[in-house]
Amino acid sequence: MAEHMPVDKTFKLFIGGAFPRSESGRTFQVHSADGDLLANAAKASRKDLREAVKAARSAQPGWAGRTAYNRGQVLYRVAEVMESRRSEFTSVLRATGMAARAARTEVDRSIDRWVWYAGWADKLHHVLGTVNPVVGPYFNFTFPEPTGVVVVAAPDDPPLLGLLSRIAPVIVSGNTAVVATGGPSTLAAVTLAEVLATSDVPGGVVNVLTGEKGELLPWALGHMDVNSVDLTGAPDGLENEAVAAAADNVKRIVRSDPAGASPYMIGDFLEMKTVWHPIGR
Amino acid sequence: MTTSTAFVPSTGGGPVSTTPVDAVSLEARAAALCTRSIKTTSKRAALHTTIRCIDLTTLEGTDTAGKVASLCQKAIRPSPGDPTIPSVAAVCVYPEMVEHAVAAVAGTGVAVASVAGAFPAGMSAPAVRVADIADAVGRGADEIDIVLNRSAFMAGDLGRAHDEIVAAKEACGSAHLKVILETGELGSYDQVRRASMLAMAAGADFIKTSTGKIPRAATHPMVLNMAEAIRDYADQTGVVVGLKGAGGIRTAKQAWHHLVIVGETLGSEWLNPELFRLGASSLLNDVLMQIQKLDTGRYSGPDYVTVD
Repeated sequence: MAEHMPVDKTFKLFIGGAFPRSESGRTFQVHSADGDLLANAAKASRKDLREAVKAARSAQPGWAGRTAYNRGQVLYRVAEVMESRRSEFTSVLRATGMAARAARTEVDRSIDRWVWYAGWADKLHHVLGTVNPVVGPYFNFTFPEPTGVVVVAAPDDPPLLGLLSRIAPVIVSGNTAVVATGGPSTLAAVTLAEVLATSDVPGGVVNVLTGEKGELLPWALGHMDVNSVDLTGAPDGLENEAVAAAADNVKRIVRSDPAGASPYMIGDFLEMKTVWHPIGR
Repeated sequence: MTTSTAFVPSTGGGPVSTTPVDAVSLEARAAALCTRSIKTTSKRAALHTTIRCIDLTTLEGTDTAGKVASLCQKAIRPSPGDPTIPSVAAVCVYPEMVEHAVAAVAGTGVAVASVAGAFPAGMSAPAVRVADIADAVGRGADEIDIVLNRSAFMAGDLGRAHDEIVAAKEACGSAHLKVILETGELGSYDQVRRASMLAMAAGADFIKTSTGKIPRAATHPMVLNMAEAIRDYADQTGVVVGLKGAGGIRTAKQAWHHLVIVGETLGSEWLNPELFRLGASSLLNDVLMQIQKLDTGRYSGPDYVTVD
Protein backbone atom coordinates (compact mmCIF):
# COMPACT_ATOMS: atom_id res chain seq x y z
CA MET A 1 0.00 0.00 0.00
CA ALA A 2 1.21 3.46 -0.88
CA GLU A 3 2.49 5.61 1.93
CA HIS A 4 -0.07 8.10 3.18
CA MET A 5 0.61 11.64 2.03
CA PRO A 6 -0.35 14.14 4.72
CA VAL A 7 -3.17 16.48 3.74
CA ASP A 8 -2.48 19.90 5.20
CA LYS A 9 -5.35 22.13 6.07
CA THR A 10 -6.04 25.28 4.06
CA PHE A 11 -6.69 28.05 6.56
CA LYS A 12 -9.49 30.19 5.23
CA LEU A 13 -11.88 32.87 6.43
CA PHE A 14 -15.29 32.10 7.92
CA ILE A 15 -18.07 34.33 6.54
CA GLY A 16 -21.79 33.62 6.66
CA GLY A 17 -21.22 29.96 7.53
CA ALA A 18 -18.89 29.36 4.56
CA PHE A 19 -15.10 29.16 4.34
CA PRO A 20 -14.00 31.48 1.53
CA ARG A 21 -10.46 32.57 0.73
CA SER A 22 -9.84 36.29 0.90
CA GLU A 23 -11.33 38.07 -2.11
CA SER A 24 -7.94 39.77 -2.39
CA GLY A 25 -6.20 36.43 -2.86
CA ARG A 26 -3.71 37.41 -0.16
CA THR A 27 -2.23 35.08 2.43
CA PHE A 28 0.18 35.48 5.32
CA GLN A 29 2.48 33.05 7.05
CA VAL A 30 1.79 31.77 10.53
CA HIS A 31 4.90 30.59 12.33
CA SER A 32 5.36 28.54 15.45
CA ALA A 33 7.29 29.87 18.44
CA ASP A 34 10.34 28.03 17.03
CA GLY A 35 9.98 29.81 13.71
CA ASP A 36 8.59 26.83 11.78
CA LEU A 37 6.03 27.61 9.11
CA LEU A 38 2.68 26.35 10.38
CA ALA A 39 0.30 27.62 7.75
CA ASN A 40 -0.40 30.08 5.00
CA ALA A 41 -3.58 31.68 6.33
CA ALA A 42 -5.95 33.88 4.35
CA LYS A 43 -5.27 37.59 4.86
CA ALA A 44 -8.63 39.34 4.97
CA SER A 45 -9.15 42.61 3.14
CA ARG A 46 -11.57 45.48 3.78
CA LYS A 47 -13.94 43.89 1.26
CA ASP A 48 -13.93 40.65 3.23
CA LEU A 49 -14.82 42.75 6.26
CA ARG A 50 -17.65 44.34 4.30
CA GLU A 51 -19.01 40.90 3.32
CA ALA A 52 -18.65 39.66 6.90
CA VAL A 53 -20.60 42.65 8.23
CA LYS A 54 -23.28 41.99 5.62
CA ALA A 55 -23.51 38.35 6.74
CA ALA A 56 -23.60 39.36 10.40
CA ARG A 57 -26.31 41.95 9.73
CA SER A 58 -28.57 39.51 7.93
CA ALA A 59 -28.09 36.85 10.62
CA GLN A 60 -28.72 39.23 13.51
CA PRO A 61 -32.55 39.51 13.68
CA GLY A 62 -32.97 35.74 13.47
CA TRP A 63 -30.38 35.11 16.16
CA ALA A 64 -31.81 37.76 18.49
CA GLY A 65 -35.29 36.45 17.72
CA ARG A 66 -34.58 33.04 19.18
CA THR A 67 -35.57 32.42 22.74
CA ALA A 68 -32.84 33.09 25.28
CA TYR A 69 -33.12 29.47 26.33
CA ASN A 70 -32.46 28.31 22.76
CA ARG A 71 -29.42 30.57 22.40
CA GLY A 72 -28.04 29.02 25.58
CA GLN A 73 -28.60 25.55 24.17
CA VAL A 74 -26.87 26.44 20.92
CA LEU A 75 -23.85 27.81 22.78
CA TYR A 76 -23.74 24.74 25.00
CA ARG A 77 -23.65 22.61 21.86
CA VAL A 78 -20.54 24.53 20.77
CA ALA A 79 -18.88 23.50 24.02
CA GLU A 80 -19.77 19.87 23.29
CA VAL A 81 -18.08 20.04 19.90
CA MET A 82 -15.05 21.85 21.37
CA GLU A 83 -14.75 19.06 23.91
CA SER A 84 -14.51 16.54 21.07
CA ARG A 85 -11.81 18.62 19.39
CA ARG A 86 -9.79 19.06 22.57
CA SER A 87 -6.61 17.51 21.13
CA GLU A 88 -6.72 19.77 18.10
CA PHE A 89 -7.07 22.89 20.22
CA THR A 90 -4.25 21.68 22.45
CA SER A 91 -1.89 21.15 19.54
CA VAL A 92 -2.77 24.54 18.09
CA LEU A 93 -1.80 26.13 21.40
CA ARG A 94 1.33 24.01 21.68
CA ALA A 95 2.39 25.33 18.30
CA THR A 96 2.36 28.87 19.68
CA GLY A 97 5.02 27.82 22.14
CA MET A 98 2.85 26.91 25.10
CA ALA A 99 3.94 24.03 27.31
CA ALA A 100 1.81 20.86 27.16
CA ARG A 101 0.29 21.27 30.57
CA ALA A 102 -0.39 24.99 30.08
CA ALA A 103 -2.04 24.27 26.72
CA ARG A 104 -4.32 21.62 28.23
CA THR A 105 -5.23 23.96 31.06
CA GLU A 106 -6.08 26.77 28.66
CA VAL A 107 -8.32 24.50 26.60
CA ASP A 108 -10.11 23.38 29.78
CA ARG A 109 -10.57 26.92 30.96
CA SER A 110 -11.77 28.04 27.54
CA ILE A 111 -14.48 25.41 27.36
CA ASP A 112 -15.51 26.15 30.95
CA ARG A 113 -15.67 29.84 30.11
CA TRP A 114 -17.90 29.19 27.11
CA VAL A 115 -20.27 27.01 29.14
CA TRP A 116 -20.37 29.67 31.84
CA TYR A 117 -21.48 32.28 29.30
CA ALA A 118 -23.96 29.84 27.72
CA GLY A 119 -25.65 29.66 31.11
CA TRP A 120 -26.09 33.44 31.12
CA ALA A 121 -28.29 33.40 28.00
CA ASP A 122 -31.56 33.10 29.91
CA LYS A 123 -30.41 34.87 33.07
CA LEU A 124 -28.85 38.10 31.90
CA HIS A 125 -32.21 39.82 31.45
CA HIS A 126 -33.05 39.31 35.10
CA VAL A 127 -29.70 40.41 36.41
CA LEU A 128 -29.08 43.33 34.06
CA GLY A 129 -32.69 44.40 33.59
CA THR A 130 -34.74 45.89 36.36
CA VAL A 131 -38.10 47.09 37.58
CA ASN A 132 -37.79 50.77 38.44
CA PRO A 133 -39.52 52.35 41.44
CA VAL A 134 -41.38 55.34 39.99
CA VAL A 135 -43.95 57.71 41.43
CA GLY A 136 -47.17 57.68 39.43
CA PRO A 137 -49.53 55.17 37.94
CA TYR A 138 -46.91 53.36 35.89
CA PHE A 139 -45.22 50.03 35.86
CA ASN A 140 -41.70 50.98 34.81
CA PHE A 141 -39.15 48.46 33.68
CA THR A 142 -35.82 48.37 31.91
CA PHE A 143 -34.71 45.45 29.84
CA PRO A 144 -31.61 44.74 27.79
CA GLU A 145 -31.55 44.30 24.02
CA PRO A 146 -28.59 43.33 21.84
CA THR A 147 -26.89 46.26 20.17
CA GLY A 148 -26.58 44.54 16.76
CA VAL A 149 -23.40 43.81 14.80
CA VAL A 150 -20.20 43.84 16.84
CA VAL A 151 -16.68 43.76 15.41
CA VAL A 152 -14.33 42.06 17.87
CA ALA A 153 -10.56 42.54 17.80
CA ALA A 154 -9.50 39.22 19.29
CA PRO A 155 -6.72 39.38 21.92
CA ASP A 156 -3.37 37.78 21.08
CA ASP A 157 -2.88 36.62 24.63
CA PRO A 158 -4.24 34.30 25.89
CA PRO A 159 -4.86 33.05 22.34
CA LEU A 160 -7.80 30.69 22.85
CA LEU A 161 -9.22 31.78 26.20
CA GLY A 162 -9.04 35.42 25.11
CA LEU A 163 -10.81 34.66 21.84
CA LEU A 164 -13.67 32.79 23.51
CA SER A 165 -13.91 35.25 26.40
CA ARG A 166 -14.51 38.09 23.96
CA ILE A 167 -16.87 36.31 21.53
CA ALA A 168 -19.17 34.66 24.07
CA PRO A 169 -20.43 37.82 25.83
CA VAL A 170 -21.13 39.39 22.44
CA ILE A 171 -23.28 36.65 20.94
CA VAL A 172 -24.98 35.29 24.06
CA SER A 173 -27.46 38.18 24.14
CA GLY A 174 -28.32 38.05 20.42
CA ASN A 175 -25.62 40.19 18.84
CA THR A 176 -23.73 38.85 15.85
CA ALA A 177 -19.95 39.11 15.64
CA VAL A 178 -17.23 39.74 13.10
CA VAL A 179 -14.00 38.62 14.72
CA ALA A 180 -10.74 40.13 13.47
CA THR A 181 -7.78 38.04 14.47
CA GLY A 182 -4.15 37.61 13.58
CA GLY A 183 -0.85 36.63 15.12
CA PRO A 184 -0.82 33.89 17.77
CA SER A 185 -4.61 33.45 17.89
CA THR A 186 -4.97 32.86 14.13
CA LEU A 187 -4.93 29.07 14.21
CA ALA A 188 -7.13 28.91 17.31
CA ALA A 189 -9.61 31.19 15.56
CA VAL A 190 -9.76 29.08 12.41
CA THR A 191 -10.18 25.93 14.50
CA LEU A 192 -12.96 27.63 16.44
CA ALA A 193 -14.61 28.57 13.13
CA GLU A 194 -14.68 24.89 12.20
CA VAL A 195 -16.30 24.10 15.52
CA LEU A 196 -18.94 26.79 14.97
CA ALA A 197 -19.61 25.54 11.44
CA THR A 198 -20.26 22.02 12.68
CA SER A 199 -22.39 22.96 15.69
CA ASP A 200 -25.84 24.57 15.66
CA VAL A 201 -24.77 28.21 15.41
CA PRO A 202 -26.55 29.75 12.40
CA GLY A 203 -24.28 30.98 9.60
CA GLY A 204 -23.31 34.62 9.99
CA VAL A 205 -23.68 34.77 13.80
CA VAL A 206 -19.90 34.54 14.17
CA ASN A 207 -17.64 35.46 11.24
CA VAL A 208 -13.89 35.06 11.51
CA LEU A 209 -11.37 37.17 9.59
CA THR A 210 -7.67 36.38 9.85
CA GLY A 211 -5.00 38.87 8.87
CA GLU A 212 -3.83 42.26 10.08
CA LYS A 213 -6.16 43.60 12.76
CA GLY A 214 -4.62 47.04 12.36
CA GLU A 215 -5.60 47.06 8.69
CA LEU A 216 -9.19 45.94 9.24
CA LEU A 217 -10.15 47.92 12.33
CA PRO A 218 -10.21 51.43 10.79
CA TRP A 219 -12.71 50.12 8.22
CA ALA A 220 -14.78 48.56 10.99
CA LEU A 221 -14.70 51.75 13.04
CA GLY A 222 -15.89 53.83 10.09
CA HIS A 223 -18.49 51.32 8.90
CA MET A 224 -21.94 52.85 9.31
CA ASP A 225 -23.66 49.46 9.66
CA VAL A 226 -21.53 48.28 12.61
CA ASN A 227 -23.01 48.98 16.04
CA SER A 228 -20.08 48.30 18.31
CA VAL A 229 -16.36 47.59 18.15
CA ASP A 230 -14.51 45.69 20.85
CA LEU A 231 -10.94 47.02 20.85
CA THR A 232 -9.73 44.74 23.67
CA GLY A 233 -7.36 42.93 21.33
CA ALA A 234 -6.59 45.91 19.10
CA PRO A 235 -2.93 46.60 18.38
CA ASP A 236 -1.32 49.73 19.84
CA GLY A 237 -1.17 52.77 17.67
CA LEU A 238 -4.67 52.75 16.26
CA GLU A 239 -5.00 56.39 15.24
CA ASN A 240 -7.31 58.66 17.14
CA GLU A 241 -9.11 59.62 13.91
CA ALA A 242 -9.98 55.99 13.29
CA VAL A 243 -11.52 55.66 16.72
CA ALA A 244 -13.21 59.08 16.41
CA ALA A 245 -14.86 57.88 13.18
CA ALA A 246 -16.87 55.49 15.34
CA ALA A 247 -18.73 58.48 16.79
CA ASP A 248 -20.54 59.16 13.51
CA ASN A 249 -23.09 56.42 14.05
CA VAL A 250 -22.63 56.34 17.83
CA LYS A 251 -20.88 53.00 17.98
CA ARG A 252 -20.10 51.54 21.33
CA ILE A 253 -16.36 51.27 21.75
CA VAL A 254 -15.41 48.65 24.30
CA ARG A 255 -12.04 48.01 25.89
CA SER A 256 -12.01 45.24 28.43
CA ASP A 257 -10.02 42.51 30.16
CA PRO A 258 -8.88 39.99 27.52
CA ALA A 259 -9.43 36.99 29.75
CA GLY A 260 -12.02 38.23 32.22
CA ALA A 261 -15.51 36.91 32.77
CA SER A 262 -18.42 38.94 34.04
CA PRO A 263 -22.09 39.47 33.29
CA TYR A 264 -21.20 43.15 32.92
CA MET A 265 -19.06 42.17 29.95
CA ILE A 266 -22.30 40.97 28.37
CA GLY A 267 -23.77 44.33 29.38
CA ASP A 268 -21.09 46.13 27.36
CA PHE A 269 -22.89 45.02 24.19
CA LEU A 270 -26.47 45.69 25.28
CA GLU A 271 -28.85 48.59 24.86
CA MET A 272 -31.21 49.23 27.74
CA LYS A 273 -34.80 49.90 26.86
CA THR A 274 -37.05 51.48 29.46
CA VAL A 275 -40.81 51.22 29.17
CA TRP A 276 -43.46 53.18 31.07
CA HIS A 277 -46.56 51.04 31.17
CA PRO A 278 -49.69 52.75 32.46
CA ILE A 279 -51.56 51.03 35.26
CA GLY A 280 -54.90 52.15 36.64
CA ARG A 281 -55.18 53.76 40.04
CA MET B 1 -31.26 21.49 -33.07
CA THR B 2 -33.92 24.09 -33.51
CA THR B 3 -34.37 25.65 -36.88
CA SER B 4 -34.21 29.41 -37.13
CA THR B 5 -37.49 31.22 -37.41
CA ALA B 6 -38.07 34.19 -39.69
CA PHE B 7 -40.42 36.98 -38.66
CA VAL B 8 -41.73 39.70 -40.93
CA PRO B 9 -41.61 43.06 -39.17
CA SER B 10 -45.04 44.63 -38.85
CA THR B 11 -43.40 47.96 -39.67
CA GLY B 12 -42.54 46.67 -43.15
CA GLY B 13 -39.43 45.24 -44.81
CA GLY B 14 -38.29 41.70 -45.45
CA PRO B 15 -38.26 38.85 -42.94
CA VAL B 16 -35.66 38.90 -40.17
CA SER B 17 -33.79 35.74 -39.29
CA THR B 18 -33.08 34.48 -35.79
CA THR B 19 -29.56 33.35 -34.98
CA PRO B 20 -29.30 30.13 -32.96
CA VAL B 21 -27.65 30.64 -29.56
CA ASP B 22 -24.54 28.84 -28.36
CA ALA B 23 -25.38 28.61 -24.65
CA VAL B 24 -21.85 27.80 -23.49
CA SER B 25 -20.27 30.72 -25.34
CA LEU B 26 -23.06 33.05 -24.27
CA GLU B 27 -22.57 32.25 -20.60
CA ALA B 28 -18.80 32.40 -20.92
CA ARG B 29 -18.96 35.83 -22.57
CA ALA B 30 -21.40 37.13 -19.95
CA ALA B 31 -19.14 35.81 -17.18
CA ALA B 32 -16.10 37.44 -18.80
CA LEU B 33 -17.89 40.79 -19.06
CA CYS B 34 -18.91 40.51 -15.41
CA THR B 35 -15.26 40.45 -14.33
CA ARG B 36 -14.86 44.04 -15.55
CA SER B 37 -13.57 46.16 -12.72
CA ILE B 38 -14.96 49.67 -12.44
CA LYS B 39 -13.34 52.13 -10.06
CA THR B 40 -13.49 55.72 -8.77
CA THR B 41 -14.75 58.24 -11.36
CA SER B 42 -15.97 55.53 -13.76
CA LYS B 43 -17.77 53.90 -10.88
CA ARG B 44 -19.51 57.13 -9.96
CA ALA B 45 -20.53 57.64 -13.60
CA ALA B 46 -21.81 54.05 -13.75
CA LEU B 47 -23.80 54.54 -10.55
CA HIS B 48 -25.37 57.76 -11.86
CA THR B 49 -26.18 56.09 -15.20
CA THR B 50 -27.73 53.21 -13.30
CA ILE B 51 -30.00 55.60 -11.41
CA ARG B 52 -30.98 57.44 -14.58
CA CYS B 53 -31.99 54.11 -16.15
CA ILE B 54 -34.03 52.75 -13.24
CA ASP B 55 -37.74 52.07 -13.52
CA LEU B 56 -38.50 52.32 -9.82
CA THR B 57 -41.11 49.68 -9.32
CA THR B 58 -43.83 48.72 -6.92
CA LEU B 59 -46.11 45.92 -8.03
CA GLU B 60 -47.75 44.62 -4.90
CA GLY B 61 -51.33 43.81 -4.12
CA THR B 62 -50.95 46.04 -1.08
CA ASP B 63 -49.96 49.20 -3.01
CA THR B 64 -51.82 52.34 -1.98
CA ALA B 65 -51.95 55.93 -3.19
CA GLY B 66 -49.72 56.89 -0.27
CA LYS B 67 -47.12 54.26 -1.02
CA VAL B 68 -47.04 55.28 -4.68
CA ALA B 69 -46.70 58.94 -3.71
CA SER B 70 -43.68 58.23 -1.52
CA LEU B 71 -42.17 56.01 -4.23
CA CYS B 72 -42.58 58.93 -6.66
CA GLN B 73 -40.81 61.32 -4.28
CA LYS B 74 -37.95 58.90 -4.12
CA ALA B 75 -37.95 58.58 -7.91
CA ILE B 76 -37.71 62.35 -8.34
CA ARG B 77 -35.10 62.92 -5.63
CA PRO B 78 -33.52 59.59 -4.69
CA SER B 79 -31.26 61.14 -2.08
CA PRO B 80 -32.89 64.16 -0.39
CA GLY B 81 -29.58 65.37 1.01
CA ASP B 82 -27.70 65.25 -2.27
CA PRO B 83 -29.04 67.28 -5.22
CA THR B 84 -26.32 65.92 -7.54
CA ILE B 85 -28.07 62.54 -7.63
CA PRO B 86 -30.26 62.37 -10.77
CA SER B 87 -33.89 61.31 -10.92
CA VAL B 88 -34.75 57.81 -12.08
CA ALA B 89 -36.24 57.23 -15.56
CA ALA B 90 -39.72 56.20 -14.51
CA VAL B 91 -41.90 54.74 -11.85
CA CYS B 92 -43.60 51.46 -12.68
CA VAL B 93 -46.96 50.67 -11.11
CA TYR B 94 -50.23 48.82 -11.62
CA PRO B 95 -52.93 50.56 -13.75
CA GLU B 96 -55.01 51.28 -10.66
CA MET B 97 -52.14 53.38 -9.28
CA VAL B 98 -51.30 55.30 -12.48
CA GLU B 99 -53.30 58.45 -11.70
CA HIS B 100 -51.62 58.81 -8.29
CA ALA B 101 -48.21 58.42 -9.92
CA VAL B 102 -49.01 60.86 -12.73
CA ALA B 103 -50.07 63.49 -10.21
CA ALA B 104 -46.96 62.96 -8.10
CA VAL B 105 -44.37 63.18 -10.90
CA ALA B 106 -46.03 65.88 -13.01
CA GLY B 107 -43.48 68.32 -14.42
CA THR B 108 -40.42 66.47 -13.08
CA GLY B 109 -39.33 64.55 -16.17
CA VAL B 110 -39.94 61.22 -14.46
CA ALA B 111 -42.18 59.05 -16.65
CA VAL B 112 -44.99 56.78 -15.47
CA ALA B 113 -44.91 53.20 -16.65
CA SER B 114 -47.83 50.88 -16.04
CA VAL B 115 -47.96 47.15 -16.32
CA ALA B 116 -51.10 46.14 -18.21
CA GLY B 117 -52.67 43.37 -20.22
CA ALA B 118 -53.50 41.10 -17.29
CA PHE B 119 -50.00 41.31 -15.83
CA PRO B 120 -48.22 39.10 -14.74
CA ALA B 121 -49.66 35.95 -16.38
CA GLY B 122 -51.53 37.59 -19.25
CA MET B 123 -54.10 34.82 -19.07
CA SER B 124 -57.22 36.84 -19.87
CA ALA B 125 -59.25 37.20 -23.05
CA PRO B 126 -57.48 39.30 -25.72
CA ALA B 127 -60.20 41.95 -25.63
CA VAL B 128 -59.86 42.27 -21.86
CA ARG B 129 -56.09 42.67 -22.14
CA VAL B 130 -56.39 45.34 -24.82
CA ALA B 131 -59.00 47.15 -22.72
CA ASP B 132 -56.62 46.99 -19.73
CA ILE B 133 -53.88 48.62 -21.82
CA ALA B 134 -56.23 51.31 -23.14
CA ASP B 135 -57.36 51.98 -19.58
CA ALA B 136 -53.79 52.45 -18.32
CA VAL B 137 -53.02 54.79 -21.25
CA GLY B 138 -56.22 56.69 -20.54
CA ARG B 139 -55.13 57.18 -16.94
CA GLY B 140 -52.01 58.89 -18.21
CA ALA B 141 -49.29 56.21 -18.42
CA ASP B 142 -46.37 57.16 -20.68
CA GLU B 143 -45.13 53.60 -21.00
CA ILE B 144 -46.92 50.27 -20.99
CA ASP B 145 -45.30 47.00 -19.88
CA ILE B 146 -47.20 43.96 -21.18
CA VAL B 147 -46.39 40.28 -21.09
CA LEU B 148 -45.83 38.06 -24.09
CA ASN B 149 -48.56 35.46 -24.50
CA ARG B 150 -46.33 32.59 -23.33
CA SER B 151 -49.22 30.15 -23.60
CA ALA B 152 -49.53 30.79 -27.34
CA PHE B 153 -45.76 31.10 -27.80
CA MET B 154 -44.95 27.82 -26.08
CA ALA B 155 -47.75 26.03 -27.94
CA GLY B 156 -46.15 27.12 -31.18
CA ASP B 157 -48.88 29.59 -32.10
CA LEU B 158 -46.39 32.33 -32.90
CA GLY B 159 -48.87 34.12 -35.12
CA ARG B 160 -51.24 34.66 -32.24
CA ALA B 161 -48.50 35.80 -29.86
CA HIS B 162 -47.34 38.23 -32.54
CA ASP B 163 -50.77 39.59 -33.44
CA GLU B 164 -51.59 40.26 -29.81
CA ILE B 165 -48.50 42.44 -29.47
CA VAL B 166 -49.54 44.30 -32.63
CA ALA B 167 -52.96 44.88 -31.07
CA ALA B 168 -51.33 46.02 -27.81
CA LYS B 169 -49.14 48.45 -29.72
CA GLU B 170 -52.23 49.92 -31.34
CA ALA B 171 -53.94 50.27 -27.99
CA CYS B 172 -50.87 52.10 -26.64
CA GLY B 173 -51.21 54.99 -29.07
CA SER B 174 -48.28 57.27 -28.35
CA ALA B 175 -47.28 55.42 -25.17
CA HIS B 176 -44.11 53.33 -25.39
CA LEU B 177 -44.66 49.58 -25.40
CA LYS B 178 -42.37 47.24 -23.45
CA VAL B 179 -42.91 43.54 -24.01
CA ILE B 180 -41.99 41.23 -21.13
CA LEU B 181 -40.79 37.83 -22.37
CA GLU B 182 -40.69 36.24 -18.89
CA THR B 183 -37.41 34.52 -19.76
CA GLY B 184 -37.57 32.20 -16.77
CA GLU B 185 -40.59 30.47 -18.28
CA LEU B 186 -39.35 30.12 -21.85
CA GLY B 187 -36.96 27.28 -21.15
CA SER B 188 -33.92 28.05 -23.30
CA TYR B 189 -31.77 30.85 -24.68
CA ASP B 190 -32.97 29.90 -28.20
CA GLN B 191 -36.58 30.36 -27.19
CA VAL B 192 -35.77 33.73 -25.65
CA ARG B 193 -33.93 34.79 -28.79
CA ARG B 194 -36.92 33.77 -30.90
CA ALA B 195 -39.38 35.52 -28.56
CA SER B 196 -37.21 38.65 -28.70
CA MET B 197 -37.32 38.72 -32.52
CA LEU B 198 -41.06 38.07 -32.46
CA ALA B 199 -41.72 40.93 -30.06
CA MET B 200 -39.51 43.35 -31.98
CA ALA B 201 -41.07 42.36 -35.31
CA ALA B 202 -44.50 42.95 -33.79
CA GLY B 203 -43.54 46.51 -32.90
CA ALA B 204 -42.23 46.50 -29.33
CA ASP B 205 -40.32 49.66 -28.38
CA PHE B 206 -38.54 47.76 -25.62
CA ILE B 207 -38.09 44.10 -24.86
CA LYS B 208 -37.96 43.25 -21.17
CA THR B 209 -36.66 40.15 -19.43
CA SER B 210 -39.14 39.41 -16.70
CA THR B 211 -42.10 40.35 -14.59
CA GLY B 212 -40.11 40.02 -11.39
CA LYS B 213 -42.72 37.58 -10.12
CA ILE B 214 -40.75 34.39 -10.74
CA PRO B 215 -37.16 33.43 -9.95
CA ARG B 216 -34.43 33.17 -12.63
CA ALA B 217 -35.13 36.59 -14.06
CA ALA B 218 -32.64 39.16 -15.37
CA THR B 219 -29.49 37.05 -15.30
CA HIS B 220 -26.43 38.44 -17.04
CA PRO B 221 -26.36 35.81 -19.83
CA MET B 222 -30.05 36.40 -20.48
CA VAL B 223 -29.56 40.15 -20.83
CA LEU B 224 -26.60 39.49 -23.15
CA ASN B 225 -28.79 37.13 -25.18
CA MET B 226 -31.49 39.75 -25.62
CA ALA B 227 -28.94 42.48 -26.34
CA GLU B 228 -27.57 40.31 -29.15
CA ALA B 229 -31.12 39.84 -30.47
CA ILE B 230 -31.57 43.63 -30.49
CA ARG B 231 -28.25 44.03 -32.31
CA ASP B 232 -29.28 41.40 -34.89
CA TYR B 233 -32.63 43.10 -35.39
CA ALA B 234 -31.05 46.53 -35.82
CA ASP B 235 -28.54 45.09 -38.29
CA GLN B 236 -31.29 43.58 -40.40
CA THR B 237 -33.95 46.28 -40.22
CA GLY B 238 -32.27 49.46 -39.04
CA VAL B 239 -34.89 49.64 -36.27
CA VAL B 240 -33.55 50.44 -32.82
CA VAL B 241 -35.28 48.71 -29.92
CA GLY B 242 -34.62 49.27 -26.19
CA LEU B 243 -33.80 46.70 -23.52
CA LYS B 244 -35.13 46.45 -19.99
CA GLY B 245 -33.75 44.08 -17.41
CA ALA B 246 -36.06 43.42 -14.48
CA GLY B 247 -36.29 40.94 -11.67
CA GLY B 248 -33.55 40.01 -9.22
CA ILE B 249 -31.33 43.06 -9.83
CA ARG B 250 -30.62 44.09 -6.27
CA THR B 251 -27.03 45.27 -6.10
CA ALA B 252 -25.12 48.09 -7.75
CA LYS B 253 -22.52 45.62 -8.92
CA GLN B 254 -25.11 43.50 -10.75
CA ALA B 255 -26.42 46.68 -12.34
CA TRP B 256 -23.10 47.99 -13.62
CA HIS B 257 -22.30 44.57 -15.04
CA HIS B 258 -25.54 44.90 -17.01
CA LEU B 259 -24.26 48.28 -18.22
CA VAL B 260 -21.01 46.64 -19.32
CA ILE B 261 -22.89 43.90 -21.19
CA VAL B 262 -25.20 46.31 -22.98
CA GLY B 263 -22.43 48.81 -23.70
CA GLU B 264 -20.13 46.14 -25.14
CA THR B 265 -22.88 44.47 -27.19
CA LEU B 266 -24.92 47.40 -28.46
CA GLY B 267 -22.65 50.39 -27.96
CA SER B 268 -22.47 53.13 -25.38
CA GLU B 269 -25.32 55.05 -27.07
CA TRP B 270 -27.57 52.40 -25.50
CA LEU B 271 -26.54 53.43 -22.00
CA ASN B 272 -29.27 55.99 -21.51
CA PRO B 273 -32.88 55.77 -20.40
CA GLU B 274 -34.19 56.08 -23.97
CA LEU B 275 -32.83 52.63 -24.78
CA PHE B 276 -31.99 50.91 -21.54
CA ARG B 277 -33.88 50.42 -18.31
CA LEU B 278 -33.46 48.47 -15.13
CA GLY B 279 -36.70 47.54 -13.40
CA ALA B 280 -36.00 47.40 -9.69
CA SER B 281 -37.04 48.44 -6.21
CA SER B 282 -34.27 47.63 -3.72
CA LEU B 283 -31.48 48.33 -6.24
CA LEU B 284 -31.75 52.09 -5.83
CA ASN B 285 -30.86 51.97 -2.13
CA ASP B 286 -27.81 49.84 -2.80
CA VAL B 287 -26.65 52.29 -5.48
CA LEU B 288 -27.12 55.19 -3.05
CA MET B 289 -25.09 53.37 -0.40
CA GLN B 290 -22.28 52.83 -2.93
CA ILE B 291 -22.31 56.54 -3.76
CA GLN B 292 -22.12 57.35 -0.05
CA LYS B 293 -19.11 55.05 0.17
CA LEU B 294 -17.45 56.98 -2.68
CA ASP B 295 -18.28 60.30 -1.00
CA THR B 296 -17.18 59.48 2.53
CA GLY B 297 -14.66 56.67 2.08
CA ARG B 298 -16.62 54.59 4.57
CA TYR B 299 -19.03 51.73 4.17
CA SER B 300 -22.62 52.84 4.55
CA GLY B 301 -25.61 50.94 5.86
CA PRO B 302 -29.34 50.67 5.29
CA ASP B 303 -29.97 53.13 8.14
CA TYR B 304 -28.66 55.93 5.91
CA VAL B 305 -31.03 55.59 2.95
CA THR B 306 -34.78 56.02 2.92
CA VAL B 307 -36.96 53.08 3.88
CA ASP B 308 -39.13 51.83 1.02
